[in-house]
Amino acid sequence: MSVTLRKLKENFGGALFDLGSAFGDDFAVVHKDRIVEVSQALRDDPDLRYNFLIDVTAVDYPQRRPRFEVVYHFFSLPLRHRVRLKAPVDGSDPEVPSLVPLWKGADWFEREVWDMFGIRFAGHPDLRRILMYDGFEGHPLRKDYPVNRRQPRVGPRN
Amino acid sequence: MALNTPAGGFFASRLDRMIGWARKYSIFQYPFVTACCGMEYMATACSHYDVDRFGAGMPRFSPRQADVLFVVGTISHKLAPTLKMIYDQMCEPKWVVAFGVCTCTGGFYDNYATVMGIDTIIPVDVYIPGCPPRPETVLDGLMKLQEKIQMGGGGQGSGNWAADN
Amino acid sequence: MNDELLETSTPVATNRMLLSFGPSHPAMHGTIKIDVELDGETVVDAKVEIGYLHRAFEKSCEQGNYMHSIPYTDRLNYVSPLICNFGYAQAVEKLMGIELTERCKYIRVILSELSRITDHLTCIGASAMELGAFSVFLYLIKAREYVYELIEDVTGARVTVSFVRIGGVKADFPQGFEEKTRAVLKKTRLVLDEVDRLLTKNRIFYDRMRDVGVCTRELAIQYGITGPFLRSCGVEYDVRKVTPYLVYDRLDFDVPLGERGDNYDRYLCRMREMEQSMRIIEQAFDRMPQGEINADFEERPIPAAEMRDLSKFGVTEGLVRRQVAAEPTLSGSERAFGNLVNIQNRKVILPPKDETYSNIEALMNHFKMVMTGHGLRPPRGEAYAAVEGANGELGFFVVSDGTDRPYRVRCRPPCFPTMAALPHLLIGYTVADIVPTFGSVNMIGGELDR
Ligand code: SF4
Repeated sequence: MSVTLRKLKENFGGALFDLGSAFGDDFAVVHKDRIVEVSQALRDDPDLRYNFLIDVTAVDYPQRRPRFEVVYHFFSLPLRHRVRLKAPVDGSDPEVPSLVPLWKGADWFEREVWDMFGIRFAGHPDLRRILMYDGFEGHPLRKDYPVNRRQPRVGPRN
Repeated sequence: MALNTPAGGFFASRLDRMIGWARKYSIFQYPFVTACCGMEYMATACSHYDVDRFGAGMPRFSPRQADVLFVVGTISHKLAPTLKMIYDQMCEPKWVVAFGVCTCTGGFYDNYATVMGIDTIIPVDVYIPGCPPRPETVLDGLMKLQEKIQMGGGGQGSGNWAADN
Repeated sequence: MNDELLETSTPVATNRMLLSFGPSHPAMHGTIKIDVELDGETVVDAKVEIGYLHRAFEKSCEQGNYMHSIPYTDRLNYVSPLICNFGYAQAVEKLMGIELTERCKYIRVILSELSRITDHLTCIGASAMELGAFSVFLYLIKAREYVYELIEDVTGARVTVSFVRIGGVKADFPQGFEEKTRAVLKKTRLVLDEVDRLLTKNRIFYDRMRDVGVCTRELAIQYGITGPFLRSCGVEYDVRKVTPYLVYDRLDFDVPLGERGDNYDRYLCRMREMEQSMRIIEQAFDRMPQGEINADFEERPIPAAEMRDLSKFGVTEGLVRRQVAAEPTLSGSERAFGNLVNIQNRKVILPPKDETYSNIEALMNHFKMVMTGHGLRPPRGEAYAAVEGANGELGFFVVSDGTDRPYRVRCRPPCFPTMAALPHLLIGYTVADIVPTFGSVNMIGGELDR
């Protein structure tokens, strides 16, 4: 077991649903309310030093309860390791705490997740659509959004 | 112009041809470059393929100074109003070239974000298919456009320009 | 009356002006909108609006099978499509536990580096042109054209290549490719040398790039910026060095670093990186395992259709061992080449093209691979793989539910964080600095908006 997983297990045992390593990637499934705390520990712990927030995204599992999974990828340049955190979020009123206070880069990534999946980030300074336009209804990357339902602003509608 | 008097008709047709000839070698294009097709647009414009040979080497980045609108690359619904606005700002006579299959028909992007062919928004004169079209295809399309310009009148979208004349 | 007017109107000095760059502005190559607020000539605020080229890459990938996503990955970063191809394949291969053949790894390295060269050439050319150095643009595009010819020789296409296959690549290098590449590198070096002499010590260029658009390393790390941009701030992070993939750990190359993180450093980093890429290519050619191409075939290759007809008439003697020539666009994907380049798992990779055209087993295999519901099925799970794209860490996160369609494909675009940080690079500088700064960070629309 890698340092990251051991540390996470020691310090946040109660906040984790699952942790392990699959296909060569370390991952941990974290309770969504503790995500800020855990990420901060990843960043500030001298044994972990995850200084890059590489990516924030989400996956939609309509059959599962809870429905969404917000996925974070971290990378540590000094120690050269990577970890993936996943936070399950309920489908009816999806909301996760924002990581913007820790990493400025989280800003746009979280806006994109809001735009594509409709997951809100509590404490985000400016949660607007980023890729789609105002007036677009729905969140296109959800599995129940049909791939070719267009909402044109000029020209014919389909 | 009056075509029923022989002399006048003769003169008008010569003048049209003259104007067409002059126009076809002074294509001031507005490149509306958005995506991957822009790579081939660049390649065509540079020294290897050299569109300047066809008098189209002078891009004008103001729609008011351009007479051919090159739409190069995928148009999304977010961008579509901008394209329409640019087209409306161009002075007549004006022509539109759809560069790449994305602008012709939507190409293989058939989804919620993309416009299925710019001809659903603005009229198009020349379609250059290919994903992206090779520079040779582009030059071919450009020559087709020149023929069309030579034939006189404005492009598809130039309203009543030809009729008024 | 005039006095009254003067009193009521705000003084000129504090008059803020709003200026909207884009989405269709010649310098905003690709499509992006920057709303800047100016005080006189100084930028006091900037807002970046993206999404004008959103083409639903991630949603489209969920519609087809694993191979159907490959053409979509070309169009992510269309200036260096091969790297995107390989990045995607790498994620799927990680999920399936595939170990590539040695020659394939070298092929991928060589093509990635060629792609990186085209990307940097385009970036420097375009940003120099925006500063008025039009001839530099022409020279660099000329060099890019040489590289495009090479890429076309291998892949059959100039821009949208779709060259990768899960577990291999479409075809081997054509004959004489190595010599041709070396010749092209030589010509490219000449062009770069010329450009170096035109730009690097050029007073105008230097003054407009130096100390403009400065980014500190803390800010860059905060935003998750990677690639040449991060390296220009002095942070040594290159995926090829830090978490090596393919055969990068066996090749000898340097990671050029900048100091100040300004436009000029970004330009220098790119220039030096091209040199390193060329070094990598040359080494890779030296170390690449050579195939015994055509070793056990003496007779001339026989066209696939002719072979099929012969066997229909019962002329089968020695036929199995004859080399079959598929049509020219498929050359390089025949048995003799394919076995060397691609892995030998028939549940993963399409059979060699000459076999598909000349025997029934391979044809059935081919059909099975491309039929909906059959074909490539990675095990249930998820994997993230990162490659060093031309702009930074290009990551693919692939989720599989055990069927032949990707459940979710996520691309981690390297441009995205740089664009998020762009306001910091613009605020405080003058309006004329917007264009060089924007040019030097190298935004690629397809990758940014996906
Ligand atoms: S036609 Fe092809 S190359 Fe051109 S913009 Fe569309 S996808 Fe890109």
